Amino acid sequence: MNIAMILDMAADSFPERTALQCGDDRFSYSELRVAARALARHVRAAGAAHLALLDVNSPAAPIAIFAAAYAGVAYAPLNYRLTPEEINELVARIAPACIIAGPEHLARFDGRDELSVIARDTVLAMRTASDAEAPSLGEDPRAVAVLLFTSGTTGKPKAAILRHENLLSYIVGTVEFAAADEQDAIAVAVPPYHIAGISAVLSSTYACRRMVQLENFDAAAWLAACREHRVSNAFLVPTMLSRVVEYLLAADARPDLGSLRAIAYGGGKMPQSTIESAMRLFDGVDFTNAYGLTETSSTVAVLGPDEHRMAITSEDPQVRRRLSSVGRATGAVEIQVRDEAGVELPPESLGLVFVRGPQVSGEYDSLGSQLDSGGWFPTRDRGYLDADGYLYLDGRADDVIVRGGENISPGEIEDVLLTHPAVADAAVVAIPDEQWGEAVAAAVVLKPGTRVAEQELQDLVRERLRSSRVPQAILFKSELPYNDLGKVLRRVIRQDIARTGALGAAI
Amino acid sequence: MAITLKAGTRLKSAVCETQVMVIKAAAGEYAVQCGGAAMLAPNEDGAGELDPAQAGGTLIGKRYVNADESIEILCTKGGKGSLVLDGVPLEVKQAKQLPSSD
Repeated sequence: MNIAMILDMAADSFPERTALQCGDDRFSYSELRVAARALARHVRAAGAAHLALLDVNSPAAPIAIFAAAYAGVAYAPLNYRLTPEEINELVARIAPACIIAGPEHLARFDGRDELSVIARDTVLAMRTASDAEAPSLGEDPRAVAVLLFTSGTTGKPKAAILRHENLLSYIVGTVEFAAADEQDAIAVAVPPYHIAGISAVLSSTYACRRMVQLENFDAAAWLAACREHRVSNAFLVPTMLSRVVEYLLAADARPDLGSLRAIAYGGGKMPQSTIESAMRLFDGVDFTNAYGLTETSSTVAVLGPDEHRMAITSEDPQVRRRLSSVGRATGAVEIQVRDEAGVELPPESLGLVFVRGPQVSGEYDSLGSQLDSGGWFPTRDRGYLDADGYLYLDGRADDVIVRGGENISPGEIEDVLLTHPAVADAAVVAIPDEQWGEAVAAAVVLKPGTRVAEQELQDLVRERLRSSRVPQAILFKSELPYNDLGKVLRRVIRQDIARTGALGAAI
Repeated sequence: MAITLKAGTRLKSAVCETQVMVIKAAAGEYAVQCGGAAMLAPNEDGAGELDPAQAGGTLIGKRYVNADESIEILCTKGGKGSLVLDGVPLEVKQAKQLPSSD
């Protein structure tokens, strides 16, 4: 069992079909395999245990994913936005390794023993290598295929382990081989170090669907690339879709993408107004919401196109609210919601989300498996299921504010703050409090040209929720810190609030 | 020859190009044949003649199942032989229509 089988099947069936396009460059499945096998020989000769990538999207990323599988080593894509110190730290954790770097990233880490550096262009040139004989594939289903460093929004990055059996179960459980038509294409704008970047390569290759790679995300460039390459499918994280919607609304323009049939989104909370606007702008396009985590080899729940259309046109509030759900468990996994004591909760009860299935790895380097005795993985996401199995998420368990024994969800306070006409963005975090253990604080961004007193926002929350939810400190900021995939960095906000000493008296 | 099947088990035909991977399997031992001969582990060597009566062929990417779908096998390389489990031919499973999520 080996994910390289995915590329072998595609290259055996459609050697000449275009596998990927990046700018003016293109690779057929046959070229992709030739390059991956050549890189695998290089990695083996170097005696590496990992094949790392420090680069934006390019054909080198899919080549490296499959090369690592052919060579029997783990693929470790690194976040190119990290500082040199952070990159050096990660490199030290994966040595002995080969590392592929794009031209602008080559100088961003230190050379060291047990590290062999390969320039991106060298990898791309491997498509013309002589393809001697097929390498014998490692068959151990427990071998590590991918090592993914989580974003570390709450601390030091953890390395999630994805084994060949996890990834192959996911692909075979959710994709049909060669399901794509020859003219189909998917636009991939997520960076290679994100789980969605990995699953896009594996799913697209198994479906034999051409990938159009975008180096960096920009709304205008994304629309232009979709038009130029006649893209039929796209995956976006919510912030990307928001930017596309904002761009179109500001320009008072239609998307004008005749070939686009489907947009999938996931990787964070989608504002209801964004998806509603997107469905209006991209009339006739199929929308799919995919919920998944790095530790679950990507998607575990899906809200499909028909469910989107039914929800947006329904008069029934139970059906309409599904647009704010992440859909139902895919056939390949089970989902449960449990209380703090681990007891499964009935529908509509808020608790902790657990996932089980062969694609779920739930495992970290050095921490080991986080699965319980029944094989369930605690996602640390909070949420509830409805009677029909639709899953509604309510933030991360780690972000919950525990004030005097009471659990407070930042999300509900943020939603209230955002209803104020002057508030453009808001994030609610916990701050230490002598009396209550933790207390509520907020960082708020006001719309240009508006002013609001702290008291007014506090009154709004008190009115809508209750006094324990009232932020005792509100920090006004020009913008909130986000990572490049649109995750708000609460840790940074907590530090900001602590630094400004914006602590009022307990309310 | 009966063997244990479990998800991820890879087998190859002794008499044609067919290769398969087990997607799911109920516990137990099974006799899996392709083209009239017992299938082999990927590293085993075997030889034999394709049985013309068992030459319906396999198609890459197709899923093959038994009657109650307790056994599901994915063809990873097509060949001339037909797949037979405990004397009963396996059937092609209808492809699922799933929304593309990534």
